[in-house]
Amino acid sequence: MAKISLKVNGKTHEVDCDPETPLIYVLRNQLDLVGAKLGCGLEQCGACAVMVDGDHVLSCVRAASEFAGSEITTVEGLAKDGRPSALQQAFIDEGAAQCGYCTAGLVVAATALLEKNPKPDDAEIREALHEHLCRCGSHLRVLKAIDRVVKGGSINA
Amino acid sequence: MPDSASLKKSPNLDKWISVASDGRVLIHTGKVDIGQRISTALALIAAEELDVDLSRIDIARTETGVDPDEGITSGSNSMEEAGNAVRAASATARRHLLSLAADSLGVDVSTLEISDGLIQSRGTNLSVTYQELAGDQLFGIDVDPEAPVKDPASYGVVGKPTITRGLTEIVAGQAHFVQDMKMPGMLHARIVRPPHYKARLKSLDDAAAKRVTDDGCELVRDGSFIAVASADEFAAVKAAERLFESSDWDLGDGLEPQDVYERLVSNERVSLPVVDGVPQKEAVEPLASPPEGASATLNARYEKPYLMHGSIGPSAAVALAEGDKLTVWSHSQGVYVLRASLSEALGMEVEDLTVIHVPGSGCYGHNGADDAAVDAALIALALPGKPVLLKWSREDEHAWEPYASCMAMDLTASIDGDGKVIAWSQDTYSDTYGMRPRPEPGGAGPARLLAMQYREDAVTPLVPKPNMSRHAGLHRNLDPIYSFENKRLVKNLVRGLPLRTSALRTLGAFANVFAIESFVDELAEEAGIDPVAFRMSHLEDQRAKEVLQAVADKIGWGDPVPEGHGRGIAFAQYKNIQAYAAVAVELEVNDKAEVIMHRVALAGDAGQIVDQAGVIAQYEGGFLQAASWTLYEEVTFDQTGITSRDWETYPILRFDNIPEIETVMIDRPNERFLGAGEAVSGPTAGAIANAIHMATGLRVRRLPFTPDAIRAAAME
Repeated sequence: MAKISLKVNGKTHEVDCDPETPLIYVLRNQLDLVGAKLGCGLEQCGACAVMVDGDHVLSCVRAASEFAGSEITTVEGLAKDGRPSALQQAFIDEGAAQCGYCTAGLVVAATALLEKNPKPDDAEIREALHEHLCRCGSHLRVLKAIDRVVKGGSINA
Repeated sequence: MPDSASLKKSPNLDKWISVASDGRVLIHTGKVDIGQRISTALALIAAEELDVDLSRIDIARTETGVDPDEGITSGSNSMEEAGNAVRAASATARRHLLSLAADSLGVDVSTLEISDGLIQSRGTNLSVTYQELAGDQLFGIDVDPEAPVKDPASYGVVGKPTITRGLTEIVAGQAHFVQDMKMPGMLHARIVRPPHYKARLKSLDDAAAKRVTDDGCELVRDGSFIAVASADEFAAVKAAERLFESSDWDLGDGLEPQDVYERLVSNERVSLPVVDGVPQKEAVEPLASPPEGASATLNARYEKPYLMHGSIGPSAAVALAEGDKLTVWSHSQGVYVLRASLSEALGMEVEDLTVIHVPGSGCYGHNGADDAAVDAALIALALPGKPVLLKWSREDEHAWEPYASCMAMDLTASIDGDGKVIAWSQDTYSDTYGMRPRPEPGGAGPARLLAMQYREDAVTPLVPKPNMSRHAGLHRNLDPIYSFENKRLVKNLVRGLPLRTSALRTLGAFANVFAIESFVDELAEEAGIDPVAFRMSHLEDQRAKEVLQAVADKIGWGDPVPEGHGRGIAFAQYKNIQAYAAVAVELEVNDKAEVIMHRVALAGDAGQIVDQAGVIAQYEGGFLQAASWTLYEEVTFDQTGITSRDWETYPILRFDNIPEIETVMIDRPNERFLGAGEAVSGPTAGAIANAIHMATGLRVRRLPFTPDAIRAAAME
């Protein structure tokens, strides 16, 4: 076991864990942040996506200890003053989910994209979501939700 | 309203609706939300008929012993069953509350008006609320199926835009799924699976087993059923991996490598003629010679591989054994049948078992949910007093879920000189779609449950009987919707196929409609008639014609097709009595032989629309999922077992091939609910095949249409 200091959604947490423990288990089980979902444990589906220092990162394989000192943002950290971000609201308004298991990962991926590139074109959006699988067929709604924000301005408005 | 099995089983109004003293209304149902937004639709119906604001309606999660038993959430039946039951219950409650209000206020009921649960007597200042009349009290009456319901012309919320229930919480990342559950003292569990179906444990390595327990993990073993559990989830994951690596398995002969398409038509089988969608216990007539007047006779075989449900979240369940009682939290589609099955399998009284539905990842049929619940139950019984959250791994879900069967469809048809189909024959060959858990006569039900085949006291897998219901199982939509003459339809339930199968969205309809709609285009081409006109000339139902016309109009059927593109169309009515769906696809086959979809039009008629966006989502999502089956998917295996073990070895549709989709839903406010969830899948495969034919001249008859399949067709 090792002590690791993780900064998640602006707060620093000291956690005790096997240093090999993938980040997702620490987030979900020790920090009670269950937004990132375990989908494959193989970095193949995107359900576990979080942002690390603004980058889109899959949390199901890489050890939590790798992220000590980084700024980790999970889907829970995207709301502003308890209100959904503009992108989260666009997902709600477009009905961009059915079962919702892949949704948090997609929201994180799209947020990471838009923070770096507020006006991505269609190809850039699809490329940013390429690692993310959805089985219910909500893809088009997700693209429309992102498009709403791209056309509407700030993702945090 | 139509005769209601749901109300017959649970006639008491208190089973369906309760009003709390704070004015919130709780709706109980046996149909569970699996991402199809049934809870949104039911809340809209209740809000409408009760005149209560939507924000004050809650939908209870289904719990055995508490909520109505409505069987399984399947077959696109939830609106017809739960929707009608909740409507009748709400209308009964409204009438009853009005009557209580009239007594309480001392006025005539005809003077009363309701606004958001506040009943007022016109022209007076007399009023009373639902909660004052019935808060925290039982109604004590039965649901009246004939209680007057509102005129659709007066609807305030039904059919109007609404927010999906639960979506705000989902996008915020709040706990929602069974995988997110947390209980004091909870253990995380994983299963150590055999390498393949036929492998059985010879021995566990003692040192490895000791290390597992030394690390603080619990080890549960019952024959070849092995599980580990730990307060630390990652410790359980690692322990399961280590145990697997150090365990010794008797592999038997492994899975027999074989050409399943050859076996489908040569293995032992049960063959039954199908008339009006119903299998008959009669001998199958041999295929007759083409009738007099036939100007052309075509035949073709279409094929579909094994497909998986491919839930994004692997199946999971929580179980807790306390004393004689066992409680299971599961994303099963049928908590009551699961409870009955657990009772039979575990030798426990039904009264001692509780199964509570908690959402899981989308299942689209019988995925690993029920088997995970059984796994969790076995572990919990071995570790009494401790809640156990069992999660299947990605590999468990890919390699052990019950797949949709591979299928073969042999079609022969004759047309006359006017392009009329004057003889039509289809033989469909498939394994079963009916292996959901349920008790069986003679205690044979446990054979439907995966874990029971691996315990020390193992049961052998069940050999299912053919499903004889109308448009059920592999013969769903075998009977074409068209007015074809001289139909010969045969259901062939094939024995001895290699993989575990059960219900996947649409059952046999996906492949049957794919075959019918491809073959119809082949016949239209032979007749020299436009495919839409050819279909129209064989349709009698006006609603069917309107749906087909709507899709043709939306895609611009008569307009020139862009250079290098192909356009295809297909149509079906689910089970020939439920929702209508027409699909039109415009695509290209690029120089890498990849099928790239550009434009899609969908048209449908699902009867009365309650949740407009929900219905459209079912059509759109159904299209994209079926397009994924059609273009990418095939479960593979060899002697070592299933070789589709992750998303690289079982690719599915991604964001790079999502077309623009326009959906036209024809609302029928005065017609019954037809159920929207499965209508579009079959026509999707047909439309894509027909569009590929137009784009390339190739007729592809074996799914999936991968670049290899397109190139192979080009070589023929």
